[in-house]
Amino acid sequence: MEKFQTLRSGVVPLPIENIDTDQIIPARFLKATTREGFGQNLFADWRYTADGQPKADFVLNDARYRGHQILLAGKNFGCGSSREHAAWALYDAGFRVVISSYFADIFRGNALNTGLLPLQVSDEVLQKLFEVVAQDARAMLTVDLRAQTLTVPGWAAAIHFELDPYKKECLLNGYDDIDFLISQEAAITAYEQQRAWIF
Amino acid sequence: MSSKTLFDKIWDAHVVREVAGGLTVFYIDRHLIHEVTSPQAFEELTTRGLTLRRPEQIVATADHNVPTRHQNQPIQDPLSRSQVDKLTENCAKFGVELYGLGHQYQGIVHVIGPELGITQPGLTMVCGDSHTSTHGAFGTIAFGIGTSQVTQVMASQCLLLDKPKRMRITLDGDLQPGVTAKDLILYVISQLGTGGATGYFVEYAGSAIRGLSMEGRMTVCNMSIEMGARGGLIAPDATTFRYLQGRRFAPRGENWNRAVEYWQTLFSDEDAVFDAELQFDAAATQPMITYGTNPGMGIPLSANIPVLNGGSEATSFDKSLRYMGFQPGESLLGKEINYVFIGSCTNSRIEDLRTVAAYVRGKQKAAHVEAIIVPGSKQVEQQAIAEGLDKVLADAGFELREPGCSACLAMNDDKIPAGAYCVSTSNRNFEGRQGPGARTLLASPLVAAITAVEGRLVDITQYVN
Repeated sequence: MEKFQTLRSGVVPLPIENIDTDQIIPARFLKATTREGFGQNLFADWRYTADGQPKADFVLNDARYRGHQILLAGKNFGCGSSREHAAWALYDAGFRVVISSYFADIFRGNALNTGLLPLQVSDEVLQKLFEVVAQDARAMLTVDLRAQTLTVPGWAAAIHFELDPYKKECLLNGYDDIDFLISQEAAITAYEQQRAWIF
Repeated sequence: MSSKTLFDKIWDAHVVREVAGGLTVFYIDRHLIHEVTSPQAFEELTTRGLTLRRPEQIVATADHNVPTRHQNQPIQDPLSRSQVDKLTENCAKFGVELYGLGHQYQGIVHVIGPELGITQPGLTMVCGDSHTSTHGAFGTIAFGIGTSQVTQVMASQCLLLDKPKRMRITLDGDLQPGVTAKDLILYVISQLGTGGATGYFVEYAGSAIRGLSMEGRMTVCNMSIEMGARGGLIAPDATTFRYLQGRRFAPRGENWNRAVEYWQTLFSDEDAVFDAELQFDAAATQPMITYGTNPGMGIPLSANIPVLNGGSEATSFDKSLRYMGFQPGESLLGKEINYVFIGSCTNSRIEDLRTVAAYVRGKQKAAHVEAIIVPGSKQVEQQAIAEGLDKVLADAGFELREPGCSACLAMNDDKIPAGAYCVSTSNRNFEGRQGPGARTLLASPLVAAITAVEGRLVDITQYVN
């Protein structure tokens, strides 16, 4: 996993609530056996016509937002299927941060394991962020993971966001849970020996 | 000792150790894998030079990609075939038991676990699939994980977890005729919304839950994830024990007695405290249907689609109704339906097939409806044939296919055409879920059967007695 420390980027606004992982990456694109290449099918059914042409009215096809690494999405982002491919697709398409006022549990975990930061703000802040981007498509936000702040142009104070301290360290250093769990070998063996197997 | 919820009892028994920051090294008893979310996990294991810590605690099957016709022939779609082949190859290489295509135990991962007795009370189970919550019907902590976590369990048999909050949903009262487990859970989700239980593990309690069969309880727990819950849970009881006794991997003899003795301790203590408590009157529940593009958008069949006046949800609501071709305030009764799909890990068990067969016996599906029934497993299929249900269904014009996930998520060839309406017993009505542009209405197997015969949505209360 790549390290994440700070990011200064423009924003891609997607003001829709309850975006499920079937929209982020439809099931028919999950047939690969490696992690690569999911980005081209990110939001495929919203992004392309039936014959594969980009839909002009979808935000990912709007030149004003090209190259932006922050996705700003409506409440309850990532509900539905547990597919980590959704996080891989966002990451592969260049996103490093998703901002929403609520994330589905499995998506949040998958994003963190992929190196994609799910940044949760209040409903009010989310609405104001949508207004900022509506006024200026090139507005640049700054995410400082160590300080846990989101800085918005024109706002007096930075927004603080919460993140599990362990997960924060993992992202800052590019570590993942596997390294930690393997280091617990002795405790796991001891647990297995004392567990009363009754079947 | 302080009182505990059912969830606490099972959780506490699986804590390997607690680490700083409130995280727990949590032990996993059973790991189910399938072809879609495992290849990258096996690859990661190989890249890191790791092996499976407990291959005997893993069970594999092929379900998401498999065709539901001609399973004895090679899979036509090269990508699907390659993913299933990769699973076969990985299982052979790493020593994992595989119930693949052609095996008598093959089927949807959440159907075969319970029917083989792999799912047992008091265990912890995971799978790279959100509907792992199904197994909670047995008093099991079971939940879906991502592929990185699949790798973690493969390598360490553990996960690093935050303890979820506990919610109890109590459903009391006798169900009205025609109201099933599916209607109960669709009703609860319509009340909570798709994020209403995010962060919680839900225990279902009350007389309506106690009165359900194991199949019904599995349907309820299966859809817990659709309101954001990490999982669902029901305390094991005599119904659970009766279901498990004699199954392939259930304990036997003296072990059975000891197991039941332990399982009988698995309930929430009377004064246990939950982080959230909700109560619903199950007797007032009606047959349900969804009208929108998430499972929270459900109404009683005879009710009208709501009208939303502004608010932050309005954009999503309007987008959803546009996709479905419905209007706010409209009734769904009389809508013509062209496809009926009965299957998925929610409703593809023998009880579901029996419900459908009992209704359609001696009747005919409407001429314009394509009605497919996909059993959850090879064993369900065999049982349906043994009971003669296949003939009843065939006589009524229904097509009984071979087991798999099928048109629930349309990773195989079973897709609903763009713009067509499908009454489906599956768990998700997301945009494009059953194929690009497909319009899905979630309902119970009984509603699906009646719809197939009538060819349109009807108030089913007139059709049941």
